[in-house]
Amino acid sequence: MDVLKSVADLKPGQKGIISKLQEDELTLKLLEMGCLPGTEVEMCHVAPFGDPLCIRVSGYLLSLRKSEAETILINC
Amino acid sequence: MSSLPNISLVGNPNSGKSSLFNQLTGLNQKVGNFPGVTVDKKTGTCRLTAAHTAVITDLPGTYSLYPKSPDERVVANVLLNPRDPVFPDLVVVVVDAANLKRNLLLFTEVKDLGLPVLLALNMLDVARKQNLQIDVPLLSERLHAPVVSINARTGEGMDALKKEITKMLTNASNGLAPRKHTFVEAAEYVPELTGQIKRQFGLENDYIAYQYAHQGEEVSFLGQDQKRQLERWRDDYRFQDKSLQARETVARYEVIGRIVAEAVKEADNDQRKENFTSRLDAIFLHRIWGTVIFLAILLLIFQAIFAWAEYPMNLIDGGIAQLNQWLHNQLPKSLLVDLLTDGLIAGLGGILVFIPQIAVLFAFISVLEESGYMARVVFLMDRMMRSVGLNGRSVVPLISGVACAVPAVMATRSIDNWKERLITIMVTPLMSCSARIPIYTILIALVVPDQTVLGVMNLQGIALMALYLLGFAAAILSALVMKWVLKIKGRSFLIMELPEYKMPRWANVGLTIIEKVKAFVLEAGKVIIAIAVILWVLSTYGPPGQMQQAEAKVRQEYKNAGKDELGNHIASARLEASYAGHFGKFIEPAIRPLGYDWKIGIALLSSFAAREVFVGTLSTIYSVGSDDEDTETIKERLQQEINPRTGGPMYTPATAFSLLVFYAFAMMCMSTIAIVHRETKGWKWPIIQLVYMTVLAYVSALVVYTVLK
Ligand SMILES: Nc1nc2c(ncn2[C@@H]2O[C@H](COP(=O)(O)OP(=O)(O)OP(=O)(O)O)[C@@H](O)[C@H]2O)c(=O)[nH]1
Repeated sequence: MDVLKSVADLKPGQKGIISKLQEDELTLKLLEMGCLPGTEVEMCHVAPFGDPLCIRVSGYLLSLRKSEAETILINC
Repeated sequence: MSSLPNISLVGNPNSGKSSLFNQLTGLNQKVGNFPGVTVDKKTGTCRLTAAHTAVITDLPGTYSLYPKSPDERVVANVLLNPRDPVFPDLVVVVVDAANLKRNLLLFTEVKDLGLPVLLALNMLDVARKQNLQIDVPLLSERLHAPVVSINARTGEGMDALKKEITKMLTNASNGLAPRKHTFVEAAEYVPELTGQIKRQFGLENDYIAYQYAHQGEEVSFLGQDQKRQLERWRDDYRFQDKSLQARETVARYEVIGRIVAEAVKEADNDQRKENFTSRLDAIFLHRIWGTVIFLAILLLIFQAIFAWAEYPMNLIDGGIAQLNQWLHNQLPKSLLVDLLTDGLIAGLGGILVFIPQIAVLFAFISVLEESGYMARVVFLMDRMMRSVGLNGRSVVPLISGVACAVPAVMATRSIDNWKERLITIMVTPLMSCSARIPIYTILIALVVPDQTVLGVMNLQGIALMALYLLGFAAAILSALVMKWVLKIKGRSFLIMELPEYKMPRWANVGLTIIEKVKAFVLEAGKVIIAIAVILWVLSTYGPPGQMQQAEAKVRQEYKNAGKDELGNHIASARLEASYAGHFGKFIEPAIRPLGYDWKIGIALLSSFAAREVFVGTLSTIYSVGSDDEDTETIKERLQQEINPRTGGPMYTPATAFSLLVFYAFAMMCMSTIAIVHRETKGWKWPIIQLVYMTVLAYVSALVVYTVLK
């Protein structure tokens, strides 16, 4: 793995497995919403101007801002 | 009431909690406030069996016990405090079966608190469509709690739910403890600290003690000393709350993952993707089409507020006028009757006319919310709104502001971030509310020719639209300024579920409308009535003797005039001699640079109760007769009015436009001030708002008048 990829790097339709959450104020919120390491995420929609993003995780649609998505690191 | 058992409904947002609450309580519900916070508290009574009734409280939707917003904090405040008036004898956790894992997180937390818990398994129909098979008996066994399958939408399973609730309550009152089970021994992470807290606060449950360690400093029910004590201990033990919460959450999901793997059979994963929701989202969340559709829906809402709501509004308006006329004719002429008709009933009319618009607006908003579309609007607009210091969730308050600022300011509660919420509250009254329409209409009719330009557009219509855009632009620019000026910290975030699309339930829509209208009538109503009465007094009484003198003089002057005309002139002269008239003259020097005289001054003062009073006051001053609020008559009278200092007409385009701009920006509404006071819990923000909007209105009106003069 050369560069660490985050959820924000996914294109609509692409999938990845969450590897790690970067320490952040919102880590707990993301965990509670089901963004746990080992879970599959799929990028679904991107809002106008490229922010916020909408992902599918644990079987439902979750919208989050780009800055928040950047703290979720993935393996593709 | 207090002897009835308390039941709390807890659950994730969109799990169907409100629907279940409506099913259980029907119309026996009322909305109040949780003490100290502006969070709606819905309570109602439910007849469980012929012999059992319970009080049901709908707690705010939350994903976990660790709050991220004032709404969510309420849940911890109630569940952690046995002395709370609505502390539950039984917690019903409403769970979305199609999102079982995420929903069970909250369930396991509540269960670990040791409270009697019942799981209401909702949305099974949705889960079935996604090919999820849930083994309910096994789930109940693994969760160590009764599980009842329900459909909060259709009401299926309500009898079984009530029966199970009754059984649990009866068991509890017979001293039979519910099944105890702890999913995650979180207290073990910091055994000394939780042990100490347990002893100090006399707690029995480890997890409650552990929650005290996390949240004790923020909860509403502990005293200052107790909070300081907790803080000291947290320091002593180097308590790492954030990482412990993360560790606990991961541990919970591990347990939940095992339970769900056993109890839920997932038929075919791929089928879940290509459902109704994703097909709709392909359009509604499309970068271009999504925005276009949203704008089209906005237009439809405006059309409904303005065009469709007009008929019932005219009916109400006419009805009130007729009632007043009738009372005047039936009752003996006296001051008390005047107070009743011109003060109280007129004030009441000023509230009632807005009900159709508010009902229509909230019909739309609640349909959009129920269907799941509103979350998409937030998603689409967030980026744009954020660039001016607002939030995707500011869209609903701003739209509502077009009907009335009072419910709009209340709608800002959904904004978690305090700074963004505050800015939304501060700028919402700049959106042109419907109370401004009568003023706009008459002034535009006065100075803008009724002409068609470019084939289709009416010049007066364009002027009206320009005023709305002006208000909107002012709101956006003010927000931008406040974004830079206000120094309030707090991370803003938008981690939000986009729920599946659903057909709205009309009963829920109806209940929302009733609730909003009720809130408006109560909140705005008391202020409008109070001010209407005060204004009536100010314009009916004057310094001793002056009113009589003025009246005598008019009787002398218009000896030969008809009865109606004489009456109108007397009313006008009395108004001039009243305290209100004196006030108008007193402020004249201040408003003369804007092109106004003392007569407009009186109208400005009186419109503080509610802007639309402006027109009525003008017609009284100009002796048109206040029952005759027909636009044409007032318009003609205004056109004839001569400015004594110039000899030309009083209502020049300069004066009229200056007034229009003034009303577009001025905070001329006591009810809004009152509601902002309540929502921001103090006088600081409403006063700042009053000052900034008045300055903005004054300066803009001054510029307009000076340029056009
Ligand atoms: N298909 C189906 N829809 C349901 C069921 N229960 C509720 N709904 C719908 O789900 C949507 C959300 O329900 P609400 O009752 O508003 O959910 P809530 O948990 O109160 O959500 P918030 O008000 O956002 O906290 C509404 O459109 C309901 O009609 C169910 O069992 N099946």
